[in-house]
Amino acid sequence: MADSANSARGDLKLTRITKSYGDFIAVDDLTLTIPEGSFFALLGPSGCGKTTTLRMVAGLEEPTVGSIHLGSTDITITKPYQRPINTVFQNYALFPHLTIFENIAFGLRRRGIKDVDEAVNKVLNLVELPHLAQRKPTQLSGGQQQRIALARAIVNRPALLLLDEPLGALDLKLRRQMQIELKWIQKEVGLTFVHVTHDQEEAMTMADTIAVMNEGKIEQMGSPVDLYDNPKTAFVANFLGQSNLIKGSLVGTDSDSLIADLFGQKISIPRARSHAADSSIYAGIRPEKFRISLLQTPTSGNVLGGGKIEDVSYIGVSTQYQVMMPWGQELMVFEQNDDGVAPFQIGDYVNISWEPVFTFALRGDEDAAAGTEVMPEDLDEE
Amino acid sequence: MKKISTPYLLLLPGFAFLFVFFILPIINLAQTSTQTRVVGGDVLEYEQTLRLANYLDAFIENREQFTRSFIYALIATVLALLISYPLAYALAFKAGKYKNILLVLVIAPFFTSFLLRTVAWKQILGEEGFVVPSLRTFGIISENTTLTSTSFAVVMGMTYNFLPFMTLPLFASIDRIDPRTLEASEDLYANGFTTFRRVTLPLSMPGVVAGTLLTFIPAAGDYVNAQILGNPNTKMIGNVIESRYFRIVDYPTAAALSFTLMAAILILVTLYIRKAGTEELV
Repeated sequence: MADSANSARGDLKLTRITKSYGDFIAVDDLTLTIPEGSFFALLGPSGCGKTTTLRMVAGLEEPTVGSIHLGSTDITITKPYQRPINTVFQNYALFPHLTIFENIAFGLRRRGIKDVDEAVNKVLNLVELPHLAQRKPTQLSGGQQQRIALARAIVNRPALLLLDEPLGALDLKLRRQMQIELKWIQKEVGLTFVHVTHDQEEAMTMADTIAVMNEGKIEQMGSPVDLYDNPKTAFVANFLGQSNLIKGSLVGTDSDSLIADLFGQKISIPRARSHAADSSIYAGIRPEKFRISLLQTPTSGNVLGGGKIEDVSYIGVSTQYQVMMPWGQELMVFEQNDDGVAPFQIGDYVNISWEPVFTFALRGDEDAAAGTEVMPEDLDEE
Repeated sequence: MKKISTPYLLLLPGFAFLFVFFILPIINLAQTSTQTRVVGGDVLEYEQTLRLANYLDAFIENREQFTRSFIYALIATVLALLISYPLAYALAFKAGKYKNILLVLVIAPFFTSFLLRTVAWKQILGEEGFVVPSLRTFGIISENTTLTSTSFAVVMGMTYNFLPFMTLPLFASIDRIDPRTLEASEDLYANGFTTFRRVTLPLSMPGVVAGTLLTFIPAAGDYVNAQILGNPNTKMIGNVIESRYFRIVDYPTAAALSFTLMAAILILVTLYIRKAGTEELV
């Protein structure tokens, strides 16, 4: 079986991929390159097409239009068992009738590899479960099954490892631990990981590069820092963390900055962070970038005045405020509890200020609520 | 008085029923099987002589019918398995929203009497049916070959009549297989055939074992199919027992044959389950 598809190596290239089921378009004209050796995350809400994309890469679905290349080899219609690609399935899909050892050995045996024992034992040690080799999958905990599913895939040393919400079924604490472990294993084995998740924190913890998907398209792709600090769309701004989006218009320029008018108050926005099409914009600021001060305190940078504190939540590391602005919008402000000053009180009149460099500008014709009302994903969906 | 817990009380009606209608008749049957006819007595007069040789006599006399029963039952079981497996697989994985309707269709024949369905097969395979003329047209059977009153007809009838007993347990066990394990197998370099052999088949073994037992056991003891679709040379052990009881009125032989059949089936089933591997039944 050592044909060309099976030994293909290199970057994964999806070219103008569309997948439709009847009238429903799951993936819409998607083009994407995933560099060899990277930890890549496809992030998006339920039904955004990320799992469908993954299944097409695995060969479990065929694209309606478009092509998939691994290195220079076209694998668009290659059968799953002929691709050097392995998947860690959602809910693991371990073989219930086989022992853990035989589960892991499955792929090696199919390819007629020698030294199955050595390879299996090595990967069992890597996931730190060598003592479970002779158990059956049902005798393992969720976290253990997850590791075995990972071991079963990486033992084949695929060109590409696909992970479909692999941590979705684990509880929060175990999930955080496994995120760190997965990242470590990826560095250790040096394989290309493509991780599908709806959990933005998970994507940001693990991936070098994240592609944010929405309604079958990629909204934005970049490093976690890029996506967080410089989102290009309201969907990305809201889906990745939280954002305050304030309606305004561009009124001038000042060297590297743009001057915007937000309900009569002027602020500056770095030119590189403006994704506006015309003068109509949404100015975006992350809640933790804001500083709150009482009206009479002098402030520098961008300042919006006339806020009134509506709500205060003390959550230990930070205090979260809801501040009502004169134009009737509530802004979210997260303040670190690191200055020994007692939190502001409900009803205090305050200024809000921030460093201009933290401002980004989005097109004014966007839906400012896009990406905010995303429901937590059902595990068995997609 | 010590309190008897509810579960045991709930078991009571079932036990009572089995005791009256299964245990007592079995004991009665065992007693009958070692009796002999009273010398010079009436036709229906038997006395208990504990003659175990009844068994040997009965078996030797009907070796041929015993062998035939098991061969027919085996062929019918294998055919039913070959027909049912793809059917159950399609029902479980491919039927989608039609799954329930198709399942009802599998069970639908039960709405008609067993006898009537067997008689219907006589017509299907008869000269006036469409099967024989069609086969003749294609030259598969010669002009003077008939299908009724043949061993072929008996085995066909048995296969057909016991098919749902094979399909339903198979469906139940295939339906429980997580389709993602099949995808995982393909993902791990197993092609369609290997996936079937290494994953689908082992995971559906409980259904295969249950289905083959539910088909083989009643088929081995069946006499209706041989009676209606067969000829004197296709008699099965069921036919012999039936005629010993109701025609010749030779109760001891009939009882001995019944016990021998039970024992034979029990031994075969035990060997089979051992062979099929209890491990895979988990």
